[in-house]
Amino acid sequence: MTTRLFATTLSALVLASLAGCMTPPPDLDLSLQHPTQDNKFVVALQPPETPAAINQIHSWQVKLSTPDGAPVAHARINVDGGMPQHGHGLPTRPQVTRELADGTYLLEGMKFSMTGWWEIKLAIQTADAADKVTFNRVVTDSATR
Amino acid sequence: MRKTRRLAASAIAAAALLFIALTLSGVSPSDAGVLGRSPGQWTPDKVGVIASLSVDKLAAAPRDPSNAADGQPGAIALGRALFNDSRFSRDGSVSCASCHAPDKQFQDGLPVAKGVGIGTRRAMPVVGTGHNAWFFWDGRKDSLWSQALGPLEDRVEHGGNRGRYARLLQTHYKTQYEAVFGQMPVLEGVTSDASPLGTADEQLAWQSMTARQRANVDRVFANMGKAIAAYEKSLAYGQSRFDRYARAIAANDASGQHEFTAQEVNGLRVFIGNGQCVTCHNGPLLTDHAFHNTGVPPPDSARPDRGRAAAVATVQADPFNCLGPFSDARPEQCSELRFIVADDSALEGAFKTPSLRNVALRPPYMHAGQFATLEQVVNHYMQSPVAVLGHSELARGKGDSHAERKPIRLSQEEARDLVAFLATLSGPIVEKGSQ
Repeated sequence: MTTRLFATTLSALVLASLAGCMTPPPDLDLSLQHPTQDNKFVVALQPPETPAAINQIHSWQVKLSTPDGAPVAHARINVDGGMPQHGHGLPTRPQVTRELADGTYLLEGMKFSMTGWWEIKLAIQTADAADKVTFNRVVTDSATR
Repeated sequence: MRKTRRLAASAIAAAALLFIALTLSGVSPSDAGVLGRSPGQWTPDKVGVIASLSVDKLAAAPRDPSNAADGQPGAIALGRALFNDSRFSRDGSVSCASCHAPDKQFQDGLPVAKGVGIGTRRAMPVVGTGHNAWFFWDGRKDSLWSQALGPLEDRVEHGGNRGRYARLLQTHYKTQYEAVFGQMPVLEGVTSDASPLGTADEQLAWQSMTARQRANVDRVFANMGKAIAAYEKSLAYGQSRFDRYARAIAANDASGQHEFTAQEVNGLRVFIGNGQCVTCHNGPLLTDHAFHNTGVPPPDSARPDRGRAAAVATVQADPFNCLGPFSDARPEQCSELRFIVADDSALEGAFKTPSLRNVALRPPYMHAGQFATLEQVVNHYMQSPVAVLGHSELARGKGDSHAERKPIRLSQEEARDLVAFLATLSGPIVEKGSQ
């Protein structure tokens, strides 16, 4: 009983603290490769090897494939996102500016203006299909050095 | 027996609750009663947050690729002279230093700026602005040099025009100018009062000039901004009491932590905790350099200021922007302009987050000096009113996308502590890299 009461108290408190502005939810999926919402594509995001500083504009790569792994070329990818816990969007409007190879796209104009939980949402459109996917990224201050 | 066990269980749970509550608030149980007097009272994650705000973490301002004179001692010296020279105004009465007075934190202490006329917004501090991507409250300029050109021709600020300024530079600063920028273009035939933005007569004079004459004047005018920017960029915030405290916290140095009173420690706890100030006022300059609508009431609610929403097209069309003919940058170096957020409804009524360095020395506050005191500012955030124009990120009960943001709820004591903490951010202004 003690254990149960303690566990309940603990989870309630943890829950309460996580609603605050500083701490991202504990169960965030931080993986950088996802199937899209309706499983039409698989998307892998590739941030720079050395994380960019806060407020430094930088580029990512996006790898787009079919569920069975074939690269998807000539897609149109729109990027949106923001900080769900802070009520604001991305400070820049990142854009896919080039297709580097079949299914590999250059995403320019990425910028994070503060530490914390950011969402990166991609809307993908090809001649035959459209789908969406959301990635989570927790930006830390260590990334600024 | 059962009752006893239940009682014991409750006691353990209560103790656990207290422990967890203290941990979550960033205060360890052993120090809860002696705030401000002993080391180790911050949890490691809070120590990290505090360190991230320290001026020690401020890297050198990045070189501005659009300004080749950036950092040149000759440009800094010329810029300082121009900054203080009131001949560069319509009636000889206004210099940059009129509204950005060195003895007033490079501001003027007024709600809205007063040049040859009365402006509509608060003069901004020029210190530390080498770290900015956007300039003015609405970010309608994308470099410090281009920003400097705006007030020079503004009808109510300096009220002059680029034709006259080019002539003045040629007369009084030709040697210094040429040492930095090379040979001054020929200004023969340039009417002394001419500008595409001036009075009807000045615009007519501008149109009567040849394309080459106009380009020459524009070149000299742009370089004038580049020199002023080089000087402004040499102005930096020095160490504040907060920075000494942050350094002591990071080093776990007990004596250094006596820099702060218990009230200031608590104010800092509020700043990085339930006050949520650090959400936007982050990093060593205590700003995210971004634009937010926080429902600050416009001075005239019948004519609210659109802020960032009205500035995007302006900066995109500005001939003195990073992509323009007077910029020294390659197009790919103009990332902020290329990836500008242009069509977000959140830009409506949004203004730039100001730095909080030296904030207690720089009343009044907000983009039109709406609040005379920091107490009023904190009270505004506690009230979080609905915006007159656009949508406040802080307002409660409006807009689905903001549902996850917690309202800022502070006790009166916490509000007072927060204001006390803000005063610890004051430090000297230092001039770097000049001759």
